[in-house]
Amino acid sequence: MSNVTILKNKQNKPYVPSNLTIVLIFSLLMLGLCVIGSLALGSRVVTMDGLIDGLFHQQVQSYEADVVRKRISRTVFSLLCGAALGVAGALMQAVTRNPIADPSILGVNMGASLFVVCGMAFWHITTAGQYIWLALAGAAVTAVFVFGIGSMGRGGATPIKLVLAGAATSAALSSLVTAIMIPRSTVMDQFRFWQVGSVGSGTWSSISLFLPFLIIGILIAVLSAPALNALALGDEAANGLGVRTGTLRFAAAMAGVLLCGAATALAGPIGFVGLLSTHVIRLLLGPDVRYIIPLSAIAGAIILTVSDITGRLIGSPGELEVGVVTAFIGAPILIILAMKSKVRSL
Amino acid sequence: MNNTSSLEMISTGRRQRRLRGMAVTSLLALLACVLSVSMLLLGNTIYSISDVIRVLFGEQVQGVSFAVNTIRLPRMLAGLLAGFAFGIGGCVFQTMLRNPLANPNVIGITSGSSAGAVFCIIILQADRMVISVASVVAGLATVIVIYLLSRGKVFSIGRLILIGIGLQAMLDAFISYFLLVGAQQDIPAALRWLTGSLNGTQMHELPPLIFTVLFFTPIVILLGKQLSILELGEQSAISLGVNTDKTRLGLILGSVCMIAIATATTGPIAFVAFLSGPIAKRLVGAGFLSLVPAGLVGVNLVLAADLLGQFAFDYRYPAGIITAIIGAPYLIFLLIHMNRKGDL
Repeated sequence: MSNVTILKNKQNKPYVPSNLTIVLIFSLLMLGLCVIGSLALGSRVVTMDGLIDGLFHQQVQSYEADVVRKRISRTVFSLLCGAALGVAGALMQAVTRNPIADPSILGVNMGASLFVVCGMAFWHITTAGQYIWLALAGAAVTAVFVFGIGSMGRGGATPIKLVLAGAATSAALSSLVTAIMIPRSTVMDQFRFWQVGSVGSGTWSSISLFLPFLIIGILIAVLSAPALNALALGDEAANGLGVRTGTLRFAAAMAGVLLCGAATALAGPIGFVGLLSTHVIRLLLGPDVRYIIPLSAIAGAIILTVSDITGRLIGSPGELEVGVVTAFIGAPILIILAMKSKVRSL
Repeated sequence: MNNTSSLEMISTGRRQRRLRGMAVTSLLALLACVLSVSMLLLGNTIYSISDVIRVLFGEQVQGVSFAVNTIRLPRMLAGLLAGFAFGIGGCVFQTMLRNPLANPNVIGITSGSSAGAVFCIIILQADRMVISVASVVAGLATVIVIYLLSRGKVFSIGRLILIGIGLQAMLDAFISYFLLVGAQQDIPAALRWLTGSLNGTQMHELPPLIFTVLFFTPIVILLGKQLSILELGEQSAISLGVNTDKTRLGLILGSVCMIAIATATTGPIAFVAFLSGPIAKRLVGAGFLSLVPAGLVGVNLVLAADLLGQFAFDYRYPAGIITAIIGAPYLIFLLIHMNRKGDL
């Protein structure tokens, strides 16, 4: 009798993290600030009037207004890329049941890079629409490879094994990238432009190219979130709860690869965004994947945009690649996680 | 009766192992000699041995003198010394931490030295001496940071490696930043240097490396005797009378200095420090101190990679690319092997 009421009670009121509203409001506020910052700051800082003119008064023609208009597509692109990377990180952590999973740490970015370089060198590929498919293929192959190595032997895919497999694969792939690139100066220029381009290369056409992948990826992520919660209990428990673990893993991992592969193809390799955003959100909201995924998207967008602004300000009058900034902010998280982790779980 | 026979077995076993170790070491040394000589002979024009010997003894031979004295000899010496330093330094770390993955390449010590050197080259535009000192200081600082961060309640090699990988990512970000803010004309030099290459080494750059290798090799080898006891584990080493802290300090100081100075001279030639130790161990077998063989393997790797890079392809690859292409698959292979055995 009392059991039934408890059950009913639970069904009526699904679990909601207590500070969800505060976190949501705060992060949306941050997001707004980021957008304004990204439009206004850079090697030329725009005044408030210029900002308003650029955004709302299309008829006004001034230098500052033009600067702002140029920055709009870049800002949108960095928000979308950040969201994709944040969700990709959350998915990979949930699928591998492992707190240290991120496209860059698992070497997936480097796999995408290698395929793109091969495309440039051997098939003379030049457009972003072609990069994206190559990058996706590279990301998928590398993800399977790294996870395969990392989960060999006793204890399955422990963090240390996965990180080492990712680092080793990254090293191998990056040496191949260099070896392919060095003798071909045209490819080197093209590749460096692609790699350095970062979110600055975001145009409306690349955004429209990116959107379908983002939507499909996030849709799969949101749909698989409840089942990923069950997966956190372990494979047997998840099976018992009616989850097809194999299908789930495949779908969620592919969504992760789709998101980070597409982001890499258009923005170049950017690391540590997924790691950072997912951990911040988990720290704030707890382990429920249903909340982690959407909020990681917001957090990822914030982190990438802030990093982009930072890169523009530090590197002025040029700009520092956003991937460098995110590595600098995100790598300490890896160190802190390693310090806090219990010896046995490594 | 039984006792004496088992004693005999032990001593014959020891003799055999020592013989094998000696044989392997001399073979490696011989190979290193052959490679060094071919470094002097081969090039755009191939000189005869007699010409090269005459030049080395100070005679002036038309054409040969310039090529050998200013291009090939410094190149050969840099490869020789840097390879030795990388090999021995990497092997010390791997033996001390009892894990082949715990080497300067993987845990970011080489990146630390590189960051220090790049800072000096690009930002300060400093001279050789400052670059060498800075890369040693940065390498040591990296070691200290890794040590402090990975201390914890219980020491875990897995944690140390993870922290090292994180630190490496940060240091690489620093390097990219320096490359960005640097003056355009310094960047090609820094980039070429970062891939690890013997190209364009000049005689006046070598003295710091020569002194470091000559000074620290004997120290590290002497301490290395205790290293094989350290390998048995902390407790056994202490009860066998080894002052573990002092030995460790000396070994770390010596090997980091060697690696850092070698990095400052030739750039971080990828994976040499990682590969040499395991290859040497496999060659000499257990029970023979593998520091000198590891150094020799390092020499052979660097010289062979440089020769391959110069002559095997249409394009002249720097040595670092060749060692990376050999080394990275081996790293993956080693990981698979360790995972299967459950060592991680």
